[in-house]
Amino acid sequence: MNPGEIGWWGVLLAVAGGAIRISTPYLFVSLAETLTEKSGRVNLGLEGTLLIGAMSGYGVSFLTGSPWLGVAAAAAAGAAFGLLHAAVCSLPRVNDVAVGIALFIFGTGLAFFLGKRFVEPHAERLPVWALGGWSDVPAIRSALDVSPLFFAGIAVAFALRWALANTRWGLIVRAVGDNAEAARTAGFAVNLTRALATAVGGLFAGVAGAFLSLSYPGTWAEGLSSGQGLMAVTLVIFARWGPLNCFWVSLLFGGAAALGPALQSVGVNSYYYLIGAAPYALTLALLIASSSRRRRLVGAPGELSINR
Amino acid sequence: MRERAEAAAITAGALLAALALFALFLLSNGRDPAAVYAVLWLGGFGAAFSWQATLTQAAPLMLTALCTAIPARAGLLVIGGEGALVAGGVFAVLAGVAAAGMPAALGAVATCVAGAAAGAAWIALAGALKHLRGVNETISTLLLNYMAIAVLNHLVSGPMRDPAVSLKATSWSIPQDTMVGNLPGIGVHWGLAFGVIACLVAFVLLKYTVFGFSIGVLGGNARAAQLVGLPIGRLTLLACALGGGAAGLAGAVEIIAVHGAASSSLAVGFGYGGILVAFLARQNPLAIVFFAVLVGGISASGGLMQRRFDLPDAATQVLQGLIFLCVLASNTLYGRFKCFQDRAVAA
Repeated sequence: MNPGEIGWWGVLLAVAGGAIRISTPYLFVSLAETLTEKSGRVNLGLEGTLLIGAMSGYGVSFLTGSPWLGVAAAAAAGAAFGLLHAAVCSLPRVNDVAVGIALFIFGTGLAFFLGKRFVEPHAERLPVWALGGWSDVPAIRSALDVSPLFFAGIAVAFALRWALANTRWGLIVRAVGDNAEAARTAGFAVNLTRALATAVGGLFAGVAGAFLSLSYPGTWAEGLSSGQGLMAVTLVIFARWGPLNCFWVSLLFGGAAALGPALQSVGVNSYYYLIGAAPYALTLALLIASSSRRRRLVGAPGELSINR
Repeated sequence: MRERAEAAAITAGALLAALALFALFLLSNGRDPAAVYAVLWLGGFGAAFSWQATLTQAAPLMLTALCTAIPARAGLLVIGGEGALVAGGVFAVLAGVAAAGMPAALGAVATCVAGAAAGAAWIALAGALKHLRGVNETISTLLLNYMAIAVLNHLVSGPMRDPAVSLKATSWSIPQDTMVGNLPGIGVHWGLAFGVIACLVAFVLLKYTVFGFSIGVLGGNARAAQLVGLPIGRLTLLACALGGGAAGLAGAVEIIAVHGAASSSLAVGFGYGGILVAFLARQNPLAIVFFAVLVGGISASGGLMQRRFDLPDAATQVLQGLIFLCVLASNTLYGRFKCFQDRAVAA
């Protein structure tokens, strides 16, 4: 794609297309973190889970020739990492935030250790749906090559919102996340609930990783993830723990991530890195504006260690 | 005394558990754990040259570990060592370049002071946000890491770029005579001395001063600290500034002792490694010296393991992650062993 040909409209198109493309992993990790945090734990280790997912997805796609099997493997590996986080955190007096940092280091190391042999070979990538066939403009067509996982993410966002609000299971998760003592008194298994929520969250983060290695950028190499997993925690704060908000926030962050390269392609180079950091500054500004010394953030689960 | 014995025993147990798990991991990958551990020992601690590499890695880890350990006493979980190190490195270059023409020793001091001040301000910002607005310090320091790295990349690829270096975006270099060499006799740069001294100072500060006692109260029970009239805001800010200053100094040391100029080589994970060291040391500055050497040794042996066994570089990271996990999990064991409890309490 060369936005230079159609000038500033090209930049806009590149940002919109980039928002769709880049937002998918943001969407999955933010949904993952939302579910985990709703149950009262923070998983700061999603970056490690993401890379494990990316590696196993790419590896399985390379070995079997089927990218969808790769996605399944990534989901399974992610869920296993979620269970690991939950298992360590369920021990008394273990700090969930610190465990997340440990899993970030461990997962990153494990992904590059086991994935070293997949750096060279070429794995089958996920298909895209060409929704831009009606247009003659290559930029539009390219912007509208959308991965099915993007729509899967939207479906998961709606499903998660519905399940958290309307099902018995969602009620238990929220109860456990808001007040573990009360939930325990009411007879709910706090640790089990959190383990399942963290495992399903890990599954989502694994899928996010598979998207990175099998769709966009669609390769397995060091520096594949630019911190999307670490960003999950802040995305969720931005989204106020709302699954549908996660979608909009992911689009926003995806668009912001696409802005730098898009401007670069029309010759605006000077603020490339600062524009890339804009989402972080925006999140911090939002945190400053909405935090208070006296009360928790609106929508935050009561048990969350990171919001006390 | 019993408390210290308990901590030592449990941490040693956690380390052994991690080594055992890593051995299983190696076995499942068709490697011989005994041979790998032999090389890990050789590469980290077995020879003079490996000690040099190990201590060179350990020096910045000691300083970035303090960035987590000092605020931890005040009950804060700061993970911003990486950002503070980067901020320190950038300002160290600015000061070093500005001080060109001054006597070399003065230039080196200015560089270090600027780096430490920048790191201190960077983390103190998170402390101020915590105190004034209740912004969670873990999240804010995580965000500040990304922002510091972005500002670094921006500066070295534009405003501060040295056009003479084309291979990699790199800032201006500080004057050659500002660079400090190695400590006499051991082939390790001066950063090691800075790291050890900083840890000693932090130990005395936390253990034997009113400030150390006060932030201990604050970390133990913020409400109680408020009721006895401790200046919570000032203590929070100071704890963050001291931690950030240590990490900023690490950045300055990387400039004046290793790189001579700022580039993305500043952000190679010493900040995150420091968090591991701080937790291994249970936030005790003296223990940080020991565990920084241990973690530094593991990192330093990576190259040799790669050459000997064709093990990926990431192998050392897997081991570090396992150690981190086991040490955190071992927190649950405190108070469970009768032999470490005071008899009066047990009775």
